[in-house]
Amino acid sequence: MTRYWILFLGLLAGCSGPVNKPVVIGDKKFTESIILAEMGVQLARSSGVKARREDLGGTPAVWLALTQGDIDAYVEYTGTITREIFPTEPPDLAAALAAHGVRMSKPLGFRNNYALGMRKDVAAAKSITKISDLARPDLADLRCGFIPEFVDRADGWPGLKKRYALPQGNVQTMVHTLAYRAVAERAIDVTEVYTTDGEIAQYDLLVLEDDGHFFPAYEAVWLYRADLEERHPAVVEQLRRLEGHIAEVEMRRMNSRAQGDQKEDERKIASEFLSYALGVTPPTAAESTDDTLAGRVLQTTYEHLQLVVPSLFAATLVAVPLGVVAARRPTLGKVVLATTGVLQTIPSLALLLFMIPVMMALIGKGIGAPPAIAALFLYSLLPIVRNTHTGLTGIPASLRESAVALGLPPWAALWRVELPLAAPTILAGIRTAAVINVGTATLGGFMWAGGSGRPILRGIDKFDLPLMLEGAIPAALLALAIETLFGLVERVVTRRG
Amino acid sequence: MSGAAFALDGVTKVYAGRPALGPLTLDVPPSRTTVLIGPSGCGKSTLLRLLIGLIEPDAGSVMFDGTPVTPVTARAVRLRTGYVIQDGGLFPHLTARGNVTLMARHLGWDQSRIDSRIQELIELTRFPADGLDRRPQHLSGGQRQRVGLMRALMLNPDALLFDEPLGALDPLVRADLQVELREVFRTLGKTVVLVTHDLGEAAYFADHLVLLRDGQIVQQGSPADLWRRPADPFVTRFVQAQRGPEVPA
Repeated sequence: MTRYWILFLGLLAGCSGPVNKPVVIGDKKFTESIILAEMGVQLARSSGVKARREDLGGTPAVWLALTQGDIDAYVEYTGTITREIFPTEPPDLAAALAAHGVRMSKPLGFRNNYALGMRKDVAAAKSITKISDLARPDLADLRCGFIPEFVDRADGWPGLKKRYALPQGNVQTMVHTLAYRAVAERAIDVTEVYTTDGEIAQYDLLVLEDDGHFFPAYEAVWLYRADLEERHPAVVEQLRRLEGHIAEVEMRRMNSRAQGDQKEDERKIASEFLSYALGVTPPTAAESTDDTLAGRVLQTTYEHLQLVVPSLFAATLVAVPLGVVAARRPTLGKVVLATTGVLQTIPSLALLLFMIPVMMALIGKGIGAPPAIAALFLYSLLPIVRNTHTGLTGIPASLRESAVALGLPPWAALWRVELPLAAPTILAGIRTAAVINVGTATLGGFMWAGGSGRPILRGIDKFDLPLMLEGAIPAALLALAIETLFGLVERVVTRRG
Repeated sequence: MSGAAFALDGVTKVYAGRPALGPLTLDVPPSRTTVLIGPSGCGKSTLLRLLIGLIEPDAGSVMFDGTPVTPVTARAVRLRTGYVIQDGGLFPHLTARGNVTLMARHLGWDQSRIDSRIQELIELTRFPADGLDRRPQHLSGGQRQRVGLMRALMLNPDALLFDEPLGALDPLVRADLQVELREVFRTLGKTVVLVTHDLGEAAYFADHLVLLRDGQIVQQGSPADLWRRPADPFVTRFVQAQRGPEVPA
């Protein structure tokens, strides 16, 4: 047992990361947002500070990250600020933002408006050119595919449907990239597009005119923390150099370079733009760990272990005593086993997302590693509790009675006889939990916790198989490695007395 | 060296609404060997476990050396008694030595005291010294029983309790161990309570024999008493059912 604990403590100690805090530019994990964040990172670096990009999720997550200081700046769209971030449009936007410690730059030059898109041949066959055409009763069975956010937002599908009295009822939710492909493959007829999307040109889609002027203007602007201006005034100055410099056609071209067949790196696209539009050449060698495949895999594996090891360690500390209690008190045991069993039946993604508000309430930090660790912790409980319970109750009554008859007090009988006898079963439970944990931790990518889930989800977003594998293969290998490691530990424990 | 006495007064034990034992009153004499015998389910193992508080009586009292055996005092009683069950009840994760010394280590004995006590015990029980570092599953049945005996004797208790100690052994080993065990009992002069269902074994060990049926004492006395003056037809039948070899007189 001792050897095994030392191993764990070692891993845990290895997981305390560096403290030095660079400037962090956030993004919403879609191509345009990433390219702009990459520009921000390179501009910040050109002013001589350390900077990195943080791939986050939808608007609420990025806004939360900005206001709680996880990121320092990101590019937002004015329509989103006035309609989504604030429940009602504030009369003085700057003052409303300042109340949250946030400032806004001037527009960067392009708009990324919502619009609807269709295949040109499908639209022509049904004589559709503008959104108001969709209100025709004969088009009621058009199949629509939208991102979940668009379906939920008042300024998205519900408002649009109301404004134009649209009859379509067949609405599916899907990831943006998939929706484009689905339209191209004729699996759906209509999807929402952003006017700067590279796919519009790539799939040669028709953008339906918003003739009822429902969609507001979505001008790209920087949102940044007010304290960034004090900490790194040069960085703010650099970021604001983009003001008025990116035309819509330019943005669409950059997006299609990242998303088309060539799948160019966002970093490269950003630096080329900065170089010819602003004459900025960021120090290329800086923070190069990200740039090689091995470096990226090491980084994601390290992040992955930062999720797996603490959650597993905490789960072991809690679950073994719970298993002991369950074995000692059968009535309470039923409750404990049922509760942990119910936790296990919650779909892992749901549990992960459920942890966001819970951790927000508990520690004031709803995204990143802590909620992922909390969810993985809950997930690891059942295998360990159940195996501890099984291991202890499986000890023959005669042996348990022998320990008592010797005169050992209950805790000593537990420590010297029962736990060692149950150790192989308990270890098998911890091993099961560890392997489940490594797999489930990839879903941490959904809550911006880092780890192997990041390249996997990013790969899904970009339809980039090598990128998906960059996360999936290391995660699988990590699971195998942990399985092997525990196999060895089990053999040692079983052999020793 | 002398042992301490057990006394049961009006003890009853009920399992699942059915009386398993008693009401029963019994004095176990000190420094002698008392054998509890009877058919399966007669309550003899229950009685043995009541003596060291492994189970609690539903009524009546159990005394050890003049002190009531209660949940509070049970651990002190167990430290002054040794308990051996069929096949030794050894812990499979510990070596023979680990099993024997478990309690002494728990009580913080120093190593030299432990070593010299082990030396005394392997001489007393004729256990081969090279077997001390083996796990129970790598010992023979007879050796396991010797380890069980050593473990029970480690703290030099005042009383020894045996529950069918030789039940799992083949006949020759069993016969050898019977001889050795009785020698050990005579040498040590401790209070011994032994449960068996084998009348030959009972007669061989017993200074005092207690015959139980359906949780009640049917008759007690010396083995000779039971043979010569059976108290009722059950005793007669029980005695006669234990066949020896039919050799011509």
